[in-house]
Amino acid sequence: MSTPAIVATDVSRTYDLDGVSVPALRGVSLTVDQGDYVAIVGTSGSGKSTLMHLLGGLDRPTGGTLVIGGRDVATLSPPEMAKLRNEVIGFVFQSFHLLARTTARDNVALPLVYRGVGRRERRARAAELLERVGLGHRIDHRPNQMSGGEQQRVAIARALVTGPSVLLADEPTGNLDSVTGQSVLDLLESLNAEGVAVVLVTHDAEVAGRARRRIVMRDGLIVSADPPGAVPALSGGGS
Amino acid sequence: MRLAEAWRVALDALRANRLRSVLTMLGVVIGVAAVVALVAIGTGTKQQIEQQVEGLGSNLLIVVPGRLEAGAAPSVSNLSLDDADAVGRIVGDRNRVAVTVASGENVRAGSRQTFTSMQGVLETTPTVFVRRLDRGAYLTRSDVNTARRVAVLGAGVATSLFGDRDPIGRQLTIGGVRFRVIGTFEPLGQSLGVDRDNEVHVPVTAAQRLLGTDRIDALAIRAPDRDRIDKLGADVVAALGERHPDTDFSAVTQQQILGVLGDILGVLTGVLAAIAGISLLVGGVGVSNIMLVSVRERTREIGLRKAVGARPRDIGLQFLLEAVLLTTIGGVLGMALGIGTALLADRLTPVPAAVTWWSLTLAFGVSAAVGILFGVVPAQRAGRLDPVVALRTE
Repeated sequence: MSTPAIVATDVSRTYDLDGVSVPALRGVSLTVDQGDYVAIVGTSGSGKSTLMHLLGGLDRPTGGTLVIGGRDVATLSPPEMAKLRNEVIGFVFQSFHLLARTTARDNVALPLVYRGVGRRERRARAAELLERVGLGHRIDHRPNQMSGGEQQRVAIARALVTGPSVLLADEPTGNLDSVTGQSVLDLLESLNAEGVAVVLVTHDAEVAGRARRRIVMRDGLIVSADPPGAVPALSGGGS
Repeated sequence: MRLAEAWRVALDALRANRLRSVLTMLGVVIGVAAVVALVAIGTGTKQQIEQQVEGLGSNLLIVVPGRLEAGAAPSVSNLSLDDADAVGRIVGDRNRVAVTVASGENVRAGSRQTFTSMQGVLETTPTVFVRRLDRGAYLTRSDVNTARRVAVLGAGVATSLFGDRDPIGRQLTIGGVRFRVIGTFEPLGQSLGVDRDNEVHVPVTAAQRLLGTDRIDALAIRAPDRDRIDKLGADVVAALGERHPDTDFSAVTQQQILGVLGDILGVLTGVLAAIAGISLLVGGVGVSNIMLVSVRERTREIGLRKAVGARPRDIGLQFLLEAVLLTTIGGVLGMALGIGTALLADRLTPVPAAVTWWSLTLAFGVSAAVGILFGVVPAQRAGRLDPVVALRTE
């Protein structure tokens, strides 16, 4: 079996608010394998967003070890962390986070700008990805000319354009109606079937139910894992 | 991220906020335009004055009573025509010596009258100074010796008294005394702020009689050559000092006048440039301000860019280039506006203006430097933003 995409071992994160230590994560261990499909469930304040930021390399743990794409984040400088995010992780946010006044194609191509890919190739790859998420006819539209579902598909295409091994989706259906939400989840699952690991952060039990396994968080701790032991039965095996 | 890419991103951001970008640039535009236009006016004025001083004639030496020093009280002249003769003997050629006794006088011809600068002079004046006649003849030695009441009119005086009619041979009165016009000058325009076309030249002897004096105001000498001009000045001052033991005399050359005027105008130009520079600085502060607002406004965008792999320096560069673009585009527009203002002023007003390369280079360089200087802090702030916090911002 290939190396896991992300390995968190007894990870904690404490915020310092005006000299008062506020623990958000209090020792969490979690492995995301290649091709995994995990839902992280919890109420607001449970620490699930903090965990997601850590898994995505946007933040660093204050305790424990976190290995993303085979690299211990404690040893990485901020530019190296940026490179890691660019190469290993694809983010999908609840509020899409698309650049306004920028076409779907250029939004999707954005991560490639920071990889130093030339303009022509960027645009070709972005068009390819938009085609793949079913938006081949929306390439030159701007976010305000698209529906919520279409915007989230653009965001997914952007997350995929660098060929990441993990998609981190933070409440990806939170701003969508249920039908559109379903189709976005269908898209994520079809990508998962192609070998990309998907980590879903949600408070919606129905959404979480579709994942291969669930991790429930409360007060900065994992309180249950389903199935127990959390070894994926049907790992896609990565690539 | 490639530099070309960073430029494009910065340009797109400016385009996206067109009105704000234009208003921010305006501060820089005005600052740069002010520097260019004011320096041009200062330089133009200096050049004009230099031309005027040189246009008086070459190798001139002006002799006046009193010390030419800052704070020295102006002296009452006690020079006379005898002194002029004595100076003529030192120079070796009385045709190289001119004198003046000047007075503001009302001049009448028929029903018309005008206020002029009456100058009592020797017949040598046109050979000492550059002065060309339009019509008639200049004063002669015999006019001076006999205090004949004849006058040569400046172009402005001739026009206001006689219009299109030929003034030669006509009568006029100066201070109530009757004179006959024998010549007119070519138009000369302003010189050092004095309207040279408003002069009326009469024999110095006639002027002295009219004014009831036997004094003259000043002497001017045209030195035979430039090398001996200082020695000649010293000799003349010494000789006059012997004749008038209780008076100091000073001899000034055109070079000295130019030097003093040049210093004054240089300081003036510097002060103008400094004032304009302050407005450029204020424009720069405006850029800084807007960039800080822009960073705050686009926090989410910064967070997103960081999430997809932008390094702190990529973000910093983007905002720095935005600031530099604002000030350099503003700088170019300001240069155009400054040049336009200077050319218009030169053409439509009496104010002369000469645009200089150094002022353009300086203004543009300063505006670009201002962009970097005032863009650094907002850029650093943007680069250091925590992506988690930035993404959460609404």
